[in-house]
Amino acid sequence: MTALRREAHPSLAPPAIFRRRTLADREDLLGRIMLAPALIYVIVLVGAPLLLAVLLSFSASFAGSLEFRWIGLRNFASILADSQFRLALRNTTLFTVISQILVMILAVTAAHILEAAFAGRRVVRFLLLLPWAVPVSLAAMAWTWIFDSTFSVINWTLKVTGLLSGWFYWFGDPTLAMIAIITVHVWRMFPFATVIVLAGMTAVPQDIREAAVIDGASFWRRLFQVNLPLLLPIITVSVLFGVVFTSTDLGVVWLLTRGGPYNSTHVLSTLAFQRGILGANLGQGASIAIFLLPVLFLAAVGMLRVARRTEVGA
Amino acid sequence: MTRRRWLRRVKRIALYAGAALFTLFAIFPFYWMLLTAFKTNRDLYVGATDLSHIPWIFNEPPTLQHVQLLFLGTPYLTWVRNTVLVGAAVVVITLVCAVPAGYSLARLSGRWGERLGIGIFLTYLVPPTLLFIPFARVIALLGLQNSPWALVLIYPTFTIPFCTWLLMGFFRSIPRDIEEQGLIDGYSRWGVIRAIVLPLAVSGILTAVIFAFTLVLQEFVYALTFISSVGKMTVSLGVPVALVRGDVFYWGSLMAAALITSIPIAIVYNLFIDRFIAGLTAGAVKG
Repeated sequence: MTALRREAHPSLAPPAIFRRRTLADREDLLGRIMLAPALIYVIVLVGAPLLLAVLLSFSASFAGSLEFRWIGLRNFASILADSQFRLALRNTTLFTVISQILVMILAVTAAHILEAAFAGRRVVRFLLLLPWAVPVSLAAMAWTWIFDSTFSVINWTLKVTGLLSGWFYWFGDPTLAMIAIITVHVWRMFPFATVIVLAGMTAVPQDIREAAVIDGASFWRRLFQVNLPLLLPIITVSVLFGVVFTSTDLGVVWLLTRGGPYNSTHVLSTLAFQRGILGANLGQGASIAIFLLPVLFLAAVGMLRVARRTEVGA
Repeated sequence: MTRRRWLRRVKRIALYAGAALFTLFAIFPFYWMLLTAFKTNRDLYVGATDLSHIPWIFNEPPTLQHVQLLFLGTPYLTWVRNTVLVGAAVVVITLVCAVPAGYSLARLSGRWGERLGIGIFLTYLVPPTLLFIPFARVIALLGLQNSPWALVLIYPTFTIPFCTWLLMGFFRSIPRDIEEQGLIDGYSRWGVIRAIVLPLAVSGILTAVIFAFTLVLQEFVYALTFISSVGKMTVSLGVPVALVRGDVFYWGSLMAAALITSIPIAIVYNLFIDRFIAGLTAGAVKG
């Protein structure tokens, strides 16, 4: 044994087991140290502010002074009595639910189309993704211009084809303004949902779907009894993302309508911005924004459940 | 047989028609940006009630005057510079935090690492809408109102969770065997990370850099809340908010700016979208 060791090349480093164990070897400690910067950043600048948001909602706080006075539930009492807040709550729900239903119908259809092999499929996919990639504020400006009350190309086209006899003042009428906002949300979210659903479709075992074809199941039966149930986890994930992104969005509504006409299209985020930042009433702004917390909580629980179920299934 | 072929042809046509419809819906605003950016004012500002003037095409030869105005007569280039500077600082902070964290969660933290990873990712879902009000107080406390440093401080709150998650998936995909071989060869764990893992992870880190940068470029809410002077704005804030004279928008220059800014991001996004989706849906697609 000793003879063998002596024959080894002298310049070789001694095996790791003989060296003293340093920090570089202690995996548990190293793991914690490497995780620390990210964890601290997130706790200090996401966790703490979230807590601060809750605290602010129970206080009379105003921008410009750093004073903090506890007033219990008075902010909530005043916004619940405020018809504009109730309208914003309704609008947030309405925009989110309607746009997500439309998005899912479009996304499942588009994913089925994109799954089929055809010439130019990659080009189509590239173009479909553009709405998701573009900065939301710039896209919102393009739509503001498209819906312009004097120069709207939509009005021109409807007029020429004889579908419109009067005139659409898109941002002058509450219903039309809502249609415009939902259109932009759908336009922005459906490409994202399409790609997610498509990713889910390629992960579904091919043999199950082929078996359904061989057994002679009709298209609709395959869609509702085989494909959609198999896609349910991925569709859930896509809907949860969509709900979070749409219900908390500020940019689209703010740039399209500023909450108008006559404050009829405010959502929770724009109202919180108007009262809390522009109106400097941080306490009230926080109490409005806090109503988005349950949505977030449900989305997080939903995602965790989907993740766990697939883990068990796998 | 012929009937079946006929049916197949109908299906094929429906497929193309469907693909065309979706594509048109998706790119219509971009086509509109393109038209607006290069139309002469005389061609652009014709009321839609004038049915004889077709707005869908160039009725007069295209012009570069809006693009010229954008670059020479507006602060667009200043906004681009601001965005790049803020973006670079955010990318550095993000990498310093997310690369070690991603590796730690992938390899060094065992069972609770998975949970913690999901927890960090869920913070990505906490929207600016919930945080801009408490941040208003924090930023006031630090005296950073109307300063790009406010954005440098805040933007990592969404880039770090996102990139940590992305990199965690990436480090997991590196075969354990290679690292174990390194350990057997006498490297310490730290040595393995430096000499073996990081060189293999270059493309993953590059993806994280690009996504962190595009997330910064797309951000609007915090910039709107904290930056008020035109000279300090980023592109995604300055273009929609400051390209206005009184009540009149410079629509030509505005759409030119939107187009010029969107195209590079769109191309980059398309190159990396599959990894992005894989990161977002990890768990649900594992199937």
